[in-house]
Amino acid sequence: MSPSQRTVLVVGHGMVGHRFVSSLLEHGHPAPDVTVFGAEDRPAYDRVRLSSWFEDRDPASLRLEPYSDGGVEVLSGVAVAGVDRAARTVTTADGDVRGYDTLVLATGSRPFVPPVENHQAPGCFVYRTLDDVEAIAAYAAEPDRTPTPTRARTTGVVVGGGLLGLEAAKALTSLGLKTTVVEFAPRLMPLQVDDGGAAALQARIAELGVTLHTGTRLDKVVVGEDGAATAVQAVRGDDVLAIEADLVVFAAGVRPEDSLARAAGLDVGERGGIVVDSLCRTEDRHIYAIGECALAADGRVYGLVAPGYQMAEAAAAHIAKEAEDRAFTGADTSTKLKLLGVEVASFGDAFGVGDGATSATYSDSRRRVYRKLTIAPDGRLLGGILVGDAEDYGTLRALVGEQPPAAPEALLLPAGTAGAVSIGPCGLPDSAVLCSCHNVTKGAICTAIHDLAGQGDGQDDGEVTPKQIGGCTKAGTGCGSCVTSIKALIKAEGGGGSSGLCEHFSQTRSELYTIVRRDHITGYAELLAKHGTAAKGVTDGCDVCKPAVGSILASLGGLLAEGEAKPHVLDGGQAALQDTNDHVLANLQRNGSYSVVPRIPGGEITPDKLIVIGEVARDFGLYTKITGGQRIDMFGARMADLPKIWQRLVDAGFESGHAYGKALRTVKSCVGSTWCRYGVQDSVKMAIDLELRYRGLRAPHKIKMAVSGCARECAEAQSKDVGVIATERGWNLYVGGNGGARPRHADLLATDLDEAALIRTIDRFLALYIAQADRLERTATWVERYEGGLDRLRSVLIDDVEDRGAELEGLITAHVEAYTDEWRAVLEDPVKLARFATFVNAPQAPDPTVAFVPERGQIKPLLTLGRR
Amino acid sequence: MWTAVCKYSQLEPGRGVAALVEGEAVAVFRLRDGSLYAVGNLDPFCGASVISRGITGMRGDGTATVASPMYKDVFDLATGVALDAPDVRLPVFAVRRHRGVVWVAPDVTSQTAAGAELLTEPTLVT
Ligand code: SRM
Ligand SMILES: Cc1cc2nc3c(=O)[nH]c(=O)nc-3n(C[C@H](O)[C@H](O)[C@H](O)COP(=O)(O)OP(=O)(O)OC[C@H]3O[C@@H](n4cnc5c(N)ncnc54)[C@H](O)[C@@H]3O)c2cc1C
Ligand code: SF4
Ligand code: FES
Repeated sequence: MSPSQRTVLVVGHGMVGHRFVSSLLEHGHPAPDVTVFGAEDRPAYDRVRLSSWFEDRDPASLRLEPYSDGGVEVLSGVAVAGVDRAARTVTTADGDVRGYDTLVLATGSRPFVPPVENHQAPGCFVYRTLDDVEAIAAYAAEPDRTPTPTRARTTGVVVGGGLLGLEAAKALTSLGLKTTVVEFAPRLMPLQVDDGGAAALQARIAELGVTLHTGTRLDKVVVGEDGAATAVQAVRGDDVLAIEADLVVFAAGVRPEDSLARAAGLDVGERGGIVVDSLCRTEDRHIYAIGECALAADGRVYGLVAPGYQMAEAAAAHIAKEAEDRAFTGADTSTKLKLLGVEVASFGDAFGVGDGATSATYSDSRRRVYRKLTIAPDGRLLGGILVGDAEDYGTLRALVGEQPPAAPEALLLPAGTAGAVSIGPCGLPDSAVLCSCHNVTKGAICTAIHDLAGQGDGQDDGEVTPKQIGGCTKAGTGCGSCVTSIKALIKAEGGGGSSGLCEHFSQTRSELYTIVRRDHITGYAELLAKHGTAAKGVTDGCDVCKPAVGSILASLGGLLAEGEAKPHVLDGGQAALQDTNDHVLANLQRNGSYSVVPRIPGGEITPDKLIVIGEVARDFGLYTKITGGQRIDMFGARMADLPKIWQRLVDAGFESGHAYGKALRTVKSCVGSTWCRYGVQDSVKMAIDLELRYRGLRAPHKIKMAVSGCARECAEAQSKDVGVIATERGWNLYVGGNGGARPRHADLLATDLDEAALIRTIDRFLALYIAQADRLERTATWVERYEGGLDRLRSVLIDDVEDRGAELEGLITAHVEAYTDEWRAVLEDPVKLARFATFVNAPQAPDPTVAFVPERGQIKPLLTLGRR
Repeated sequence: MWTAVCKYSQLEPGRGVAALVEGEAVAVFRLRDGSLYAVGNLDPFCGASVISRGITGMRGDGTATVASPMYKDVFDLATGVALDAPDVRLPVFAVRRHRGVVWVAPDVTSQTAAGAELLTEPTLVT
């Protein structure tokens, strides 16, 4: 996100506005300044489940998840009254003015109330908000004012027989009102079901005690002496009906709430809806519109939450400047009625309007079951209507667009009928979208089940619950229609445990590596949310898992990189994961200063470059020392000086030496055949080639290499993670050597390799080590514990018996392609540079604790405390 | 007295900054959940002014923490107490966000002195 887009104002705190903010936070960094205005008196809640308020009357149970970043400013009960596009400000109803860089309109819809006589009389309601349902319940319960009070309100009429109207009708009956539905169309739910389906539906609704008048037009609301509603008058054919109604609920459709946009001169559609493109931008590049208030790029206004969520994500991705835009070009309008005892669902091309579509129908008026599937000429499932038995709605919906695994006729039969084939969610491909509200695939749900089972924190003797799955994948937390499928999957899957990285992850480093690579996870937050403890409320990790995950993300950077974007360890979300040294790309010294080590590939350096190092060290007053790794270390740099020092070094052609990283350190060389009278190969060139190939490659621990020009082994290759020794016929390759506290001689892996085979084998060795080693495990211990020993390792790396050579080489190829100098990238990025200030509010002030005293003609730290 | 430290949006979730508050080095953190903490920047175990460069985290019981980058001692951000050496603690500072700006005051008790100070927006060094 560019700094110019940081102040984001969201108007409307409904479901889509909420999703937008959550999504923007997930994209993360740098964190935007977000303010949300909501006209309703409460923060966003689950409008889709509004009717369930009548079950527990607890608004809190509808609340949507609070934002992960408490810094989002939520202004509930504050309506926005106007937008000034020129000044880029909004004005609230109270007259407050707020500036924005980006404005997101998520104002939803307003209920459509037919302008009949007395439509605003007391007793008339709409059905949209928590305030509405609370008012309806309160009004229904009001006693009359006679001396012997009885229940004053006994009858209700719902205007509209669609999805919403039927929910409202159910709610009124639950309040004890004798309820009638008046629908203008000749059948109920005209948008979702056909005549056959409507007949079965009608019979089921009647069972609930609701009276239905279809093909009936509302004429007016009749009021009593006190002005409150007492009845409605309606017209059916030539008949005029008078229907008693103490309460009238209008559920006759909605209209996009686009009034702010209209007043601001933005384009709106003929029948309303703010015109947006596929990225949800209005014609004004600073203004987006999402959800029910938007007229999407496909020319439709969507009255469902799933398309709204997709728009929210498209807008958030674009505003966060994701490498890849997620365009919203249209969505599925599958729906399921959420009335207990009445199963109605319609999905995909329910009416079979596609070219050449055919359909198969099952109808049983005795049991009031109606099922229909529509099929494309090539046999793919197009959609369907399910009334009376919609148990397998989730599975069938997920199969839309696919060749069904059984004949449609067999799928059509209700479960239990002879010849019925039930595939169930387990039979679906991993890529099938099971939760369409949140776009969650079966594969992702299975992964979550395994992870949760692995953590062993499932409730009820280890059983994973759908709620937990919802916590980490969001699946099932929208309309809820996929929960049956999720339950079935939990039953079918299972999952074993494992020894975890730390209290935040039950997986080993290697397991996390596999997950990140497989699912293309690009951030720590996502990993913690989906596979760590975030779902359990422990929403932040620790100094063990953060650097470990940071390292995995960096190792996979080349593969996860999209397009031109080169990943960097100090990028947004990654910057906070880096350990002590990686934190500022330098090695921390005991007094809080840093050392600087430029790369000197193979230890070869020109006199001019030596002079540059000398000059830089002199100008910044640094202590210099030749390291054990054939290069030069400069100590005592103040944090604020690091960019200046590196500017000089980069200008002179130096690159980061990654002395700070768990990464390739040095490739030590001996002078080799060019000069040495014994040398049989050019060891310096080979060392430089290797160093340039693997520079910057992050791994579970540091990697050291060496190349010797002959068997005398002046480069000490057998003490390195990767050692190469020249022979008359090529190169011998050693792996798993170590110096340090527990020295280990490297094992001879292969002999007389030519250059290509040498590189290929090292590629595979390093990639396998990165995939499998534990956190902070060097190659020596990893090779020692490798299952099957050195022989097995050899057959995997050289004979490719596991057929993963290409995959392993792919990691290194991607790394080589994505490599850029880390320090150069910092110098080019003001956001990263700003982090080197000593004090954020006084960047020029020196840190008084960093001080030095002279010793042997150079400096050494002046310590106040020393080591404890 | 409250000192304006930086814009809230300048703080990267999970990463700290050091600030000078009435001459003293303070480590200011914005955690991933948006909450703000301010503790002394000086690591009492080594005397280096480095706490702001530590990794933040959360323990299973919800305790917000920072690990010093020097020898990885972990401190409770709310109380300043070192988790493995309860007698060692970092000073804790009052911190608040007002109109998008993060303010720090020398100690927790000065919170009440806020009112008048906050009426003016500070000029920020960026
Ligand atoms: C500078 C240097 C010593 C010197 O003055 O020569 C050095 C300095 C450090 N070494 Fe080393 N090692 C240096 C060569 C070595 C060598 C010799 C070599 O590479 O040929 C070894 C033994 C070989 C090996 O690694 O197998 C070595 C084995 C270690 C170890 C123990 C590793 C082990 O597997 O047991 C550590 C601790 C660790 O990494 O956990 C370590 C850690 C360190 C750290 C990074 C400690 C730290 O975390 O701050 C030191 C910081 C350097 C700095 O601030 O710049 N250093 N260290 C050498 C830098 C080489 C370079 O150019 O990059
Ligand atoms: C009873 C019921 C059942 C439903 N069932 C389903 C279902 O099963 N499946 C499904 O997919 N969808 C269902 N829906 C529809 C679903 O709720 C909507 O598609 C979804 O809520 C749209 O989200 P939104 O954010 O665009 O609009 P809303 O959720 O309506 O949010 C818009 C918000 O903006 C606020 N606002 C408007 N103007 C301003 C302003 N000027 N300043 C500040 N705030 C403003 C409004 O007060 C409102 O809170 C149902 C809806 C209802 C009412
Ligand atoms: S090992 Fe061989 S090649 Fe290397 S320096 Fe010694 S003699 Fe020369
Ligand atoms: S499909 Fe709506 S919650 Fe999953």
